[in-house]
Amino acid sequence: MTAHQTIESAAPAQTNDRAMTGAEIVVRGLVDQGVEVLFGYPGGAVLPIYDALFHEPRLQHILVRHEQGATHAAEGYARSSGKPGVVLVTSGPGATNAITGIMDALMDSIPMVVITGQVPTHLIGTDAFQEADTVGMTRSCTKHNYLVKDVRDLPKIIHEAFKIATTGRPGPVLIDIPKDVQFAKGEYYGPTEIASTHAYAPKIKGDANRIADAARMIAQARRPIFYTGGGVINAGPKASQALREFAALTGAPVTSTLMGLGAFPAADPAWLGMLGMHGTFEANNAMHDCDVMICVGARFDDRVTGRLDAFSPGSKKIHIDIDASSINKNVRVDLPIVGDAGSVLEDLIVAWKAGGHKANKAALSDWWAQIDVWRARQCLNYRGSETAIKPQYAIERLYALTKDKDVYITTEVGQHQMWAAQFFRFEEPNRWMTSGGLGTMGYGLPAAIGVQLAHPGSLVIDIAGEASIQMCIQELSTAIQFDLPVKIFILNNERMGMVRQWQQLLHGERYSHSYSDSLPDFVKLAEAYGAVGIRCDNPGDLDAKIQEMIACDRPVVFECLVEKDENCLPMIPSGKAHNEMIMDDIEDIGNVIGEDGAGLV
Amino acid sequence: MTANVQPAPASAYDLSPNEQVEQTATFALLVDNEPGVLHRVVGLFAARGYNIESLTVAETDRKAHTSRITVVTRGTRHVLDQIEAQLNKVVNVRRVHDVTRDPNGVERELALVKVRGSGADRVEALRVAEIFRAKPVDTTLESFVFEISGAPSKIDKFLDLMRPLGLVELSRTGVLSIERGVEGM
Repeated sequence: MTAHQTIESAAPAQTNDRAMTGAEIVVRGLVDQGVEVLFGYPGGAVLPIYDALFHEPRLQHILVRHEQGATHAAEGYARSSGKPGVVLVTSGPGATNAITGIMDALMDSIPMVVITGQVPTHLIGTDAFQEADTVGMTRSCTKHNYLVKDVRDLPKIIHEAFKIATTGRPGPVLIDIPKDVQFAKGEYYGPTEIASTHAYAPKIKGDANRIADAARMIAQARRPIFYTGGGVINAGPKASQALREFAALTGAPVTSTLMGLGAFPAADPAWLGMLGMHGTFEANNAMHDCDVMICVGARFDDRVTGRLDAFSPGSKKIHIDIDASSINKNVRVDLPIVGDAGSVLEDLIVAWKAGGHKANKAALSDWWAQIDVWRARQCLNYRGSETAIKPQYAIERLYALTKDKDVYITTEVGQHQMWAAQFFRFEEPNRWMTSGGLGTMGYGLPAAIGVQLAHPGSLVIDIAGEASIQMCIQELSTAIQFDLPVKIFILNNERMGMVRQWQQLLHGERYSHSYSDSLPDFVKLAEAYGAVGIRCDNPGDLDAKIQEMIACDRPVVFECLVEKDENCLPMIPSGKAHNEMIMDDIEDIGNVIGEDGAGLV
Repeated sequence: MTANVQPAPASAYDLSPNEQVEQTATFALLVDNEPGVLHRVVGLFAARGYNIESLTVAETDRKAHTSRITVVTRGTRHVLDQIEAQLNKVVNVRRVHDVTRDPNGVERELALVKVRGSGADRVEALRVAEIFRAKPVDTTLESFVFEISGAPSKIDKFLDLMRPLGLVELSRTGVLSIERGVEGM
């Protein structure tokens, strides 16, 4: 065997078959873990692994243009497919550049395995070229991480990393491999041949007594509501299915966090829209006034709860989460159930039927009547325009023209992201990829690239802002190289819109550094990269140009010039409660938030 | 705007305003004996703004590859529950035991105490040490080094008495804990 053998799969395990270099162990481990795509960027400390990759046709390597792009692409791939995203980068700057995406994956519970090269073991600690304390730096932004000091540990660590990344509450796991370990000879063991030595064992099944209690509480509720989050999507399509079934049994309305959109179909009459700071009036008021709240796979984030001491004051709260530390962290709950969202929802359906529970029809009809009053407020209304493209209108048209297609949406971060969440409607899980917890500008384009790789024939659109898109615009080059026809739909208002909005609301309209006055010509930029550029600046042309974008089989940069100073509404101002939302008809927006609210984020 | 003073804002950054009673708690952790484990535990406390009042760590079972960390912290009941949940999430942490809430928990600490003095103070220091079963491990004509072990409160009391008698230096191990009875952790 040569050092650069093609690694055979499924060959009977014989002793001499097991002998390979650390780099080959990595590659073989990835293949055995079912990895098909990895996102990476080579460098000195990972060259042996790249050498092993050279001879491995089963792994498709996507060369990004910046390591942050690799991590976000892996997130998009993972979020849209349910499979872990895999990243391969070099030591030092390779690792530090990847950190933003790793943290993003931690906050949004995305399964990801990141392999970083490291300087040779004997140089660790000497401030060697491109040395960084990668495991030290990433300890607080990974679910777990490893520094491999002995090639004999490598097979176990690789398989364990995938297990930890994909089970329980998913998250990023990093493996730092010094270059000498990549060259060292060791023996390979497959995923089933190695026992993990950790005590790691996430609790999947919820407590049966508590589930029975929960079913009883929900049956007795007069004003129940489901508040669901990204955990339902992470628990797989079966969890979304169980949610739909259980919600139908109980007759309760359903709202969701930003991360949970798509788990429950937007077309269902029980859907209230997103909740939280830019959620709908009906969702937030229903949360405030409910008597039993069923929180599934969400974590009472401050963007959701608004003012904590006024958060849903009269309700009994049931919290289903696989992460015990999410329970009672921000909001005290009455009935915690630790377990996988899908498993617990399925058990709830069984318990509901076994207990002979029936929804309280009379009470529910009063509850729905109240919800209809809130819905009649038409909270997503905005002032239309004949001459300027309203950003909301742009998203509405984009939705109308793509809803019958096989479409996946990613976003950057800011106003456009909230408008997309409000106006784009999702019927299925895994169709919506956004940076929720960390709020990372620059997420959308690389994420779209990851999504497109997982779904080659689908329409993948990154809804972007002109500021966010510039944070990872270089990945357009990746899209061209790998022939990934992603569509970048930029709402260009020449402002960092959300920053501008907060400055208007909180800082006396002093617009400190929140506009860009030397933006690139996005059409020419697209053409420079080899993509197609489309510009639209009036509402009359919008439909035709969106159609042109959809029809194009190449990457497209669509620059949609929108109303510059539009605010994203409705909104729960900081420091306010769910039932104190402001809407588009607000008169004096500069005085809504008091000085105390300005101190919050 | 200032005329209309609003109640104190509440956000995730201002948790549980109604619950201000802080208590001390001792957590015993059984962890994998691997490089970086202590950093994971200490980093968790630092990142989430929890206090560490004392910390001890040493390998306890070479064969099972485990170390034991004992950490004393302070917080409201709510915060302590959150600390326990967060510690349980660390992959290398095998078990977390809240010793303070366990009626069978035993806590002990060892201290080395240097006292300098002469005449009556010196005699009194030795007499108090005897009462506390503190052992002199070094002596010069004008100083003692005492070794004392016991519950942290006993050591605190001993130190209170030594201070006026010429306490010059102190070294404490931090709290160790174990459960009474036949069962192991």
